[in-house]
Amino acid sequence: MATVHVDNQRYEMDDKQNLLQACLQLKMDLPYFCWHPAMGSVGACRQCAVKQFKDESDQHGKIVMACMTPVTEGARISIQDAEAVEFRAAVIEGLMINHPHDCPVCDEGGECHLQDMTVMTGHNYRRYAFEKRTFRNQNLGPFLNHEMNRCIQCYRCVRFYREYAGGNDLNAFALRNIVFFGRDKDGVLENEFAGNLVEVCPTGVFTDKTLKQHYTRKWDLQMAPSVCVHCAVGCNITAAERYGMLRRLVNRYNGEVNGYFLCDRGRFGYEFVNSQRRIRKPLRHGQPVGLEDARAGLRKLAAGGAIGIGSPRASLESNFALRSLVGADYFFAGIPGREAALLKLMLEILGNGPAPAASLREIEHSDAVLVLGEDVTNVAPRMALSLRQAVRQQPMEIAERLRIPLWMDHAVREAVQDEKGPLFIAAASATRLDDVAAATFRGAPDDIARLGFAVAQALDPAAPGPEDLPGQTRELAARIAAALKGAKRPLIVSGPSLGSAAIIQAAANVAWALAGAHLAFTAAEANSMGLAMMEAPALDAAQAATAETAIIVENDLYRRLPAAEVDQLLARFGHVVVLDHLENATTAKAELLIPAATFAEGEGTLMSSEGRLQRFFAALSPTEPVEPSWRLLGGWNTLDEIIRALAEAMPQLAAVREAAPAASFRMEAAKIPRQPHRYSGRTSMLANISVHEPKPPQDADSPLSFSMEGNPKQPPGALQPFFWTPGWNSYQAVNKFQEEIAGRLEAGDPGVPMFASGGGGHAFFNAIPAAFEARAGEWLLAPLFHIYGSEELSREAPAVAELGPQPYVALNPEDAAQFGDEVELMGQRFRVSRIAELPRGVAGIPAGVPPFAGLELPAWSKIQPIQ
Amino acid sequence: MTSPYPILAILGILVVVMTLAAGLIWLERRLLALWQDRYGPNRVGPFGLLQVLADMIKIFFKEDWIPPFADKVVFVIAPAIIVGTVLMSFAVLPIAPGIIVSDLNIGLLFILGMSSIGVYSVVLAGWASDNKYSLLGGLRAAAQMLSYEVFMGLALMGVVLLAGSFQLSEIVSAQRRVWFVVPQFAGFILFLIAGVAETRRLPFDLPEAESELIAGFHSEYSGMKFGLFFVGEYLGVILISSLITILFFGGWMGPVLPPIIWFVLKMMFFICFFILLRAALPRPRFDQLMSWGWKVMLPLALANLLITGAVALAWG
Amino acid sequence: MLSTIRTLWYVFLHMFHKRVTIQYPDEKAYLAPRYRGRIILSRDPDGGERCVACHLCAEACPVDCIALQATEDENGRRYPEFFRINFSRCIFCGFCEEACPTYAIQLTPDTEMGEYKRPNLVYEKDDLLINGEGKYPGYNFWRVSGVKIGGKDKGEAENEGPPVDVHRLLP
Repeated sequence: MATVHVDNQRYEMDDKQNLLQACLQLKMDLPYFCWHPAMGSVGACRQCAVKQFKDESDQHGKIVMACMTPVTEGARISIQDAEAVEFRAAVIEGLMINHPHDCPVCDEGGECHLQDMTVMTGHNYRRYAFEKRTFRNQNLGPFLNHEMNRCIQCYRCVRFYREYAGGNDLNAFALRNIVFFGRDKDGVLENEFAGNLVEVCPTGVFTDKTLKQHYTRKWDLQMAPSVCVHCAVGCNITAAERYGMLRRLVNRYNGEVNGYFLCDRGRFGYEFVNSQRRIRKPLRHGQPVGLEDARAGLRKLAAGGAIGIGSPRASLESNFALRSLVGADYFFAGIPGREAALLKLMLEILGNGPAPAASLREIEHSDAVLVLGEDVTNVAPRMALSLRQAVRQQPMEIAERLRIPLWMDHAVREAVQDEKGPLFIAAASATRLDDVAAATFRGAPDDIARLGFAVAQALDPAAPGPEDLPGQTRELAARIAAALKGAKRPLIVSGPSLGSAAIIQAAANVAWALAGAHLAFTAAEANSMGLAMMEAPALDAAQAATAETAIIVENDLYRRLPAAEVDQLLARFGHVVVLDHLENATTAKAELLIPAATFAEGEGTLMSSEGRLQRFFAALSPTEPVEPSWRLLGGWNTLDEIIRALAEAMPQLAAVREAAPAASFRMEAAKIPRQPHRYSGRTSMLANISVHEPKPPQDADSPLSFSMEGNPKQPPGALQPFFWTPGWNSYQAVNKFQEEIAGRLEAGDPGVPMFASGGGGHAFFNAIPAAFEARAGEWLLAPLFHIYGSEELSREAPAVAELGPQPYVALNPEDAAQFGDEVELMGQRFRVSRIAELPRGVAGIPAGVPPFAGLELPAWSKIQPIQ
Repeated sequence: MTSPYPILAILGILVVVMTLAAGLIWLERRLLALWQDRYGPNRVGPFGLLQVLADMIKIFFKEDWIPPFADKVVFVIAPAIIVGTVLMSFAVLPIAPGIIVSDLNIGLLFILGMSSIGVYSVVLAGWASDNKYSLLGGLRAAAQMLSYEVFMGLALMGVVLLAGSFQLSEIVSAQRRVWFVVPQFAGFILFLIAGVAETRRLPFDLPEAESELIAGFHSEYSGMKFGLFFVGEYLGVILISSLITILFFGGWMGPVLPPIIWFVLKMMFFICFFILLRAALPRPRFDQLMSWGWKVMLPLALANLLITGAVALAWG
Repeated sequence: MLSTIRTLWYVFLHMFHKRVTIQYPDEKAYLAPRYRGRIILSRDPDGGERCVACHLCAEACPVDCIALQATEDENGRRYPEFFRINFSRCIFCGFCEEACPTYAIQLTPDTEMGEYKRPNLVYEKDDLLINGEGKYPGYNFWRVSGVKIGGKDKGEAENEGPPVDVHRLLP
């Protein structure tokens, strides 16, 4: 710590920071553009000018850029100094010379960092009378809108896109005052994190194209803290509603999980909530019935003996409500046996093994990483962004040796050059992280597992290893082992994507053979881990169960098992009841179909792949008859009641109570408002229906209110509906809510991590599979994941669907030589995709894309040429 | 001199007085407007006269609401008391020879007594409403009435001394030579002021004081119960004006015109004066009101009584 | 005491003054063009809707009686999909007019909008939109704004240079 005087006031600042960061951390207002808490300083915009004085007697001082000046003991600076104030206003005036006159029609208006900073500096009148330069915009795909005229050349977009997220198709073009940020020519931005440009761009150059279709200003949105449901990482999001429709999602800062960024699937997948295919009315035999009628029918059928099939995309509460309704013996997990076994294995490893689960923050700070069998970018996208940062950890030591402060981004990058930290990827095919990997290994699942076992043995001779490994692979294993051993914070990433227990066991062996290693598992769906914690038998067991009725909650069984098996299973029951959001193959089979609330309409708790219990809250006011499944299934009126019952019935999930404060929580006797205090149209938005304004809906399930009334002070992190402080209308307001810039939230990072500390003893797994051998005429079908398309719900969002793949069969070019452009698989014709990275004997098919959705992979199958 | 047809007199006086009270609402609004360069109600009927009717219909059909927190019995009784006591007072007023319900020999005392009971109405209304503003209004009314009643009575003692009787018809007859306003000018002024205070009219409307107490003791009243307070106030104005006429201005006596016309003319003059007071004067502070009453009016009233007594003794 | 009597006298003399009341429905009062009465939405000189659905009027409204939804035509010109003012809540403060960056929303000297049913006081865009420019003739937001719309390409707004060729590297 260092003592610094700011405007003659004494402050204690962290001397590892720059002045801008330190001032913001002390909740001072200092304008900036190019600095970003996650990306450090480059000193490009000259906006954060302050005056620095040599000592107490120095009356003149000199103007310095706060973001480029380290905090030093005894420093004296002034933010209010007249010359510094004038300087900052002049900079804004310069930036605004070419800024178009279009705030009224700009989507950023009302949450624009440029607006905020302009107001903060006091610039208000354009004196420059000459022409403004203009640009042509580009079509950047279904996610982002491009309006280059608004650009103030802060370079944040390319720094994020190229340096942070590893994209290469966005760049700065031209020179002097015509610098242009965009692609070489029109086209979809390839990077999976391009959506973050909406928040990274300080003004409206990059805006949310999906929001534009139903545009609403930030101040008019009813917002609720929520959790992304499109993968198991559990990124925190803010869901926003207006006129009964989910309008957009933005990132919600959680220092331990997603920090400042989301992936595009999470950001733009929300539109499934507004889908035309939503189930809005209860249906019996396809005929609309009343909700009470439907619930009575459900109760009657349940009383007559029923099995319940839960879901990995339903909340813990919904699964538990179903389990309570049908009885623990008749409750099945709703996932195939193999996946259930893998999840159970992962839980055991995390729960009992010595290696703790890594949060995304820990992943980001790992300095050596081994990825076993996962295409992280396409399975758990946000985790891939963290892994990309992990690669920078070890090279940072170069900068440290040169005494370059780590926040001085470009100096660090100059020092590091192309130096990469050790990231080793063993996967079935090419992955989007290969460009930063120190080495990659491609093989069939069993070969990947064998590599893992070999690495474990190289680290600890006590661990079992494969005997007959090829020399090249053995060398690679030794190299990986050496890199992991030399690291301070090694990390092993693995998961169930390739359907192989051996891979997970190998990953565990590696982690256990190392001291201080973290494990990061992926999982298929938002609550896969939570469902596994409930220890229910898998779907396969349901095929033997006898009961009159099957109740299926938020689960499309046709994505779990082959269609024939599902047909057979459902035929066993006299009645089929389905609760779900969207029409799908399973809902088509339902005798009684009841609409269930999505994440945006109800409350619930999810367990992320890290083992973090996180609660999401409704952003949409309750609308008849769409209710959360746990309420439909009966027995409980409020969320707190069911959570209490859940914690009592399942001690392993007792921590669910701490995921967020109970509904009785109050901030100084008031609820927390979901609407900003400037929410407009209250007395008019429903006036076309009735001039008598209805009472705002009461929320018995949470301490949040569906109105603008309540306590605007900082609520606990898990209940923070949006970030706003006076003068900071953009997302940058989050600075004011953090304990330390880019650190923990002052009110606590949301979520309860269950596996943050490792367990006790362990015994190495020793079931080492035999080496993979290709078969003649048969291929091992392995799933290839796609960020857009593999996940069930986001597929229904038009923007995401646009980028999703058509079904194909991927083969190694040498294998594909015997086929033409199309092949026959399972009696259907598919396009052949030639992927050189795919091992011979393995065929890749897009995971979760019909008609492959229900297949249990990997599996051997014949592939035939077209007759 | 009691009327030979008391029932007829009762009905006659009742109808005339009630109509007059209602008409005063219109008169007051028109006069106030006149003095404020406006028109006042002029839309309903000729000169807006039917405004009275419209207002009455309105007030009869308004929701008659008793607050759930109020003391219901007292709340209902309170407005009846004021109208009851004021109307009772009219019974002893000699309007013209033969037009009187009951010519009590203690008429004046009866009227003073009735007006004292009338105070209960306001106090009870303020109390029963269970509302802090009403209670404050009630408290003010009690203090104000108590203070002003003292010298109101004393101010009249001069008249009684001169007339030698409490009987109102006797007092009128005693003014055959000269109106008592001449020998009792101080008494007249004192009684005028006390009378305004008694009726709680501006500038002495502190128990209501819209701007401070949001209508004070009748904040919680609505519909016809509010109407009773309203009518009670105007009845009070008529009563005080009539009393001034009877006690100081020779009652019905006057040349040429029939006695009843003289009475009505004199009374109307004072009613208009009451309205002028409302149009012109601001409301004093409560402490000013109290110290004015006790420190100025009471000594003056006593002095008046003393001097009148001394003069009466000296002249026999 | 004397001043009181003098006051009484002066007030009494008002009896003979001229009355200031305007007999409203029979006589009409003069309302200045800037009087704050019924709200309208105006059109720009080219006849297009001036409102660009920026939501600032709704935001400024202290009684929250304005609700709208923005949408865009196929050429990128933004306009309100619906625009609703609940006049039974409006307090005619004029903040919406002050907030409006395009002179679209204006208050007019028309106050005669009494209704027997409150729903009749809810005005939709059709009820609000007039065929004229109102108090501020000549202004067209789109001619100044840097956004491309139908009939106005990039660089064609006032005070704008032509779009730059970003692939050119000459100084």
